This record gives sequence, structure tokens and C-alpha cells, in this order.
Amino acid sequence: MALTTPDLQALEEQVPRDIARTVTRGDRIFRTLCASAAAVSLFIIGGTALFLAIKAVPALQKAGLVSFFTTSVWNPTVGDFGVLGLLIGTIIIATVSLIVAVPLAIGLALFINEYSPARIRRILTSSVDLLAAMPSIIFGMWGFFALQAPLVGVAAWLNLHLSAIPFFRLSEADAPLLRSSFIVGTVVALMIVPIITSVSRDVMAQCPRSQCEAALALGGSRWGMIKEVLLPFGKAGITGAVLLGFGRALGETIAVALIIAFTVQANPYVLEQGGGSIASLIAIKFPEAQDLEISALIAAGLALFSMTLFVNLGARAIVRRTQIAA
Amino acid sequence: MSLLDERPLDETPVPDAQDQEPIEEQVPFRPRALVRSERVELMLAVASGVTGSAVMCLLFDWTHPLTFAIWALLLFLGSTYLLARDSQSPIVATDRLVTTLVWTSGGIAVSVLLWMLGYVVVKGIAGLNFEYLTSDLSKVGPLDEGGGVFHALVGTLEQMLIASVLSIPIAILTAVYLHEIHGRLSGIVRFVIDAMSGLPSIVAGLFIYTVWVLQGRGPSGLAAGLALAILMIPTVTRTAEEMLKTIDDGLRESALALGAPQWRSVMQVVLPTARSGLITASILGIARAVGETAPVLLTAFGSSSINWSPVNGPQADLPLYIYQLLRQPNPAQIARAWSGALVLVLLVLILFVLARVIGERGARVRGGSR
Repeated sequence: MALTTPDLQALEEQVPRDIARTVTRGDRIFRTLCASAAAVSLFIIGGTALFLAIKAVPALQKAGLVSFFTTSVWNPTVGDFGVLGLLIGTIIIATVSLIVAVPLAIGLALFINEYSPARIRRILTSSVDLLAAMPSIIFGMWGFFALQAPLVGVAAWLNLHLSAIPFFRLSEADAPLLRSSFIVGTVVALMIVPIITSVSRDVMAQCPRSQCEAALALGGSRWGMIKEVLLPFGKAGITGAVLLGFGRALGETIAVALIIAFTVQANPYVLEQGGGSIASLIAIKFPEAQDLEISALIAAGLALFSMTLFVNLGARAIVRRTQIAA
Repeated sequence: MSLLDERPLDETPVPDAQDQEPIEEQVPFRPRALVRSERVELMLAVASGVTGSAVMCLLFDWTHPLTFAIWALLLFLGSTYLLARDSQSPIVATDRLVTTLVWTSGGIAVSVLLWMLGYVVVKGIAGLNFEYLTSDLSKVGPLDEGGGVFHALVGTLEQMLIASVLSIPIAILTAVYLHEIHGRLSGIVRFVIDAMSGLPSIVAGLFIYTVWVLQGRGPSGLAAGLALAILMIPTVTRTAEEMLKTIDDGLRESALALGAPQWRSVMQVVLPTARSGLITASILGIARAVGETAPVLLTAFGSSSINWSPVNGPQADLPLYIYQLLRQPNPAQIARAWSGALVLVLLVLILFVLARVIGERGARVRGGSR
């Protein structure tokens, strides 16, 4: 960075000199260091895809690539594996959790951004952050021991009064209601509320304040302003936030493994005992698994990995686009 | 699971002392005070909700407090709407309805948190004593009293140390790369950090299992540390980048104008200024990783006796200890699991408060020094 002789001459002669950004050797080393640190992440994601794929091959060969994704069996002794039921189960649980989480999270985001007095707002942001920091095992335990009893009541009520809707039916009249996809979905919902809340808050905060105020100045109610200005503005971003939550719900492991009565077959009766997901399959079967079964678990993990990757990147793309647009 | 990687703890990225005022101003619509008629309507609605629900509970013999709360809320909603429609207009009534619903969602979030914390404390406090904290499970049968959590604490401590040492430097350098250097790889790195932040923790565990445990190295605390490091990197990177964004560009430019090369400007000006923010980012990363069960299950396997060596043989850690006890359904084990849960929650709370305090103090110092 030191001034070179021509520069000094230029100074003395009072003529303009070249403005150039000098990159010293130290800078070059520093940049390489940072770039290689950044590249670690590339290797991790690339490596995950690659190594899981390699290790999944034996099980996929034994079970057949097509039948792995189109059957619902888990029989390690004969090497017969199929995760169709679990894929469906994963989506069922994630969908239930979205249905519970989205209204709650958007309500929370609106409350924090638009409604709450400053003091309550602080308490609320802390609570949401702390909720996000709670380990999933704590959610799982609490869900299992504390939340099941009241939720079974809710499930029974839903079944009794709303059984016109197919989701709320049971396979038989007195089927057990504990450890169901519904209960798991509700617990997972509480775990994904923070991320949906925070991302949609960010999106809503970018809405030009002048437009919101214009809506109010025209005599609109606060809800009118939210409905006509805020939500249309944030629609895409909120969709992205919901997708992010969906991605989290797909990958949730321990709370699901603790609560659900695990079955490999898909259980369309959401309120009823039994269900499963890919992540809980891995957590439950792994400790006792041997050679081929481990390979099958890795294949299932690869499926989960690709699923969450697509959902997550899609969601990020949407959120980022709205941020740029604003 | 977490929103931790989405944003720093506070609602705004590191409030500077100078920004304190604008934050107050930003609160968009300070609710105006209620006028008398509104207060009367509110009281009427509350009364109808509470009494209506109480009557229903008595009539139908419902005993659960939640049932009472749900019906009280529904009746409250209904009467607020009708009262407002009667006295004002349907538009006002809808507005009030939404206001109530939005307040309810806030109430639900806070009460879920309090319920969960309270439940863990009540269930876990009985078993928590000195003996519990200082003994392991090697000499107690599943049905016996006694035994403790010490081996899991040791495991947690060692694994978190390994994960932090590996991930925090990488994450901070990545954040520097993204925000200070703006290198050619920035776009793709940001993309990959996005992908990593959504990586299910169990997949991170499977990855380390295939490249480390399966390659003849066996399960160990080190393997668990590697898996946890993968989960920490995106969290810390994102938060650290947010922190770097709050550093005034003037500082960077002054350093460069004084003739410092970029690396010195970053190392001696930018990073020291952002220090408290970076510490906060790291603590948040640790708080996320410390509660992860699934990756540790796949890489350290867990153990019931103490294993001091992080490189050799299975090791327990706190969440995994809880999980494995819960899977053996007998009362003594479950009681131990609850005490373990209390220890874990306390640990997370301490980290959470620590991150907050450091973040706020740092913001104050920075604001004051200008």
C-alpha cells in the first residue's frame, strides 16, 4: 500500500494519480484462507450427497430401486425394504404440523409487528427465541407426558363432531387415539412456529410504511390495512416462510421418534394411533441395525436429504426474491 | 430445529445505543387507550365468556382447565363480535375479532413456553441433587434408585468443545468471506449455507457415520463433535454475517484510508468491533447443538458409564442420555430422564441469557465509544 515513486512524483507535480486497489500478499493469503473456510461447507454438502449415495447402493440393489420407493415393508432379515409408507407418513405429519403452526405463527408475527405494546413485544420476541432454542427432546418429552392427554380430548371431539371430513375418521369406532400423527404433528408444529414467525416478520417489516399508513388514513381498520396491504405485499415471502417450516417439519426426528407408535405402513387415519416418518425410522431402527439394514437406513436418509434440500432451497429462493424486490 | 440461524436474539440486528430511539419510534401503531364504551364492551365480553364457559363446564361435567379456556375464548370471541357489530359496524367487529385472535396467538406462544419450562422443573427437581450430578449409571440397575448424569455431562462438555473449536473459526471466516471479501464463490456459498441450515440433524449424523464411524474408526465423542460442528456452521455463519452487517462502513474505510491492507482492517478493526456480536453468534450455535440428540445417537452411540476419552469408544451426552432412558419405560429411568431434562434446560437457559447479556453489553459499548 505504500506510495511508490511515480505516485510521489505525481503528488509533487500535483497531477492526478492512478487510484488502484493494491492487494498485498497478506491480503491474498487472507482471502485464500477465508475462501477455503467457505469451501468447507461446499464439501460437506457435496460429501453428504456423495457418501450417502455410495453407502445406499447395496440396499437399493437388494431391494430394487423402484420397489424401495413403491412398497411399504421393513424386513432386514430377507433384505426387503420399502419406504413408500414412511414417505407418506412424513408428509402427513409435516402437513398436520403446518395446519396447526401457520395460523399461530402468522398471528404471532402480526402481533409482534403490528399489535403489541413495546413491553409485551420484548417478552414475546424473547419467548419465541427461547422456544426456538429448546431442544427437540424436551419438546418430545413434554409432548408425550403433558400434551397427549388434552390432545386426545381434542382428537375425540374432532372425530365425534367433524367426522364428515375424511381426515377425522377412524378405522374403527374405538381405535386408540394416543401416539397418533395428529399429536406428533401438533408437537412438531410448536417447534416450527418460531422459524415461520421470524421469517414472516422480516418480510412484513419490509412493507413500505407509507402504504400501511395510507390505508389507515383512508379510514380503514387495522385488519383492513393488514388484509389489503400487508398480506398481499408479504404473500410470496410468507409462502417461503411456510415452506421453510415445512422443511424443518420433514426432518424432525427425536420428538417424532419418542411420541409416535411406529409403523412402516402409511396410516391415513391421522387421529389414530400409529404412523411414522423417515427420520424417526432412522432413529428407531439404527441402534440395532446390521450391515444391509444400515445401508437401507442410509438410503432412506438420502431420500430425506433430497426432499428437505429441495423444499428448503425453494423456500429460500422465494424469501430472498421478495427481499430483493423490496 | 431452530430459528436461531435466522436472526440474532433480539428482534433487530444488534441494537446500537444510537438506534435505541428509532426502535421505539418504529413500534408502528401504539394502541390508543380504550374509551369508556369500549371498556364496558370488553368487560361484558369477558364476563360472558367466563360465565358461559363455567356454566357449560358445570352442566357437561368437563374438568380439564383447557376445555374451560377454549370455550371461554370462543364465547368471548362471539360476544366481542356481536357487541361491536351492534354498537359500531361489522368492519369494527371484524377488526376486534382479529385483534383478539392475534392476542390469543401471542398468549398461546408464551403459555406453551411457560408450561413446558414449568413441567420440566416440576418433574425434574425431585431427582436433582449432588449425587445425581456426580455419579454415572454404570453401577445402578434399571429399577434401582440413585445413579446420575455425570458421564453425560462430561460427554456433552467434550463434544461441544470439539464442535466449537472446529466450527466457529470456519463459520466466522465464512462470514468474513461473504460479507467482507465478496469473493467469486459468494453466491454458491450462500446457497450452500442455506442448504445446510435446513439439513435434518439426523442426516448430518448419517454423513459422519458413513465417512468416520464406518471407516473403522468406531463411535466416539469426536465423531459426535464433527456431526454437531456441521449443524453449528450455518447457524454461526448466518448470525455472524448479520453482526458484520451492523459494523459501520466508515470504520472499514478509515482503516483502508490509513493504508492498512484489507486483512489488517478485518482482523484489527472489523472483527474486534464485532467481537461481542461474534461471541453471541457462537453461543447461539452452541445452544443449538447442545440439544441435538439424533446425530449423537448415530455417532457416539451413548454409554452408561463414564468415558473420558473423546476419541475412543462410545460416549454419552445429555440429550442422548435422556432419550435412551425414556426408551426404557420404567418409573426410575423416566424420573432420571426428567432430572436430565432439567439439567439440559438449565444449560440452554444459561447459554441463552449469556448470549443476550453479551450481545446487549457489546451493543452498549459500541454505541458509547463513538
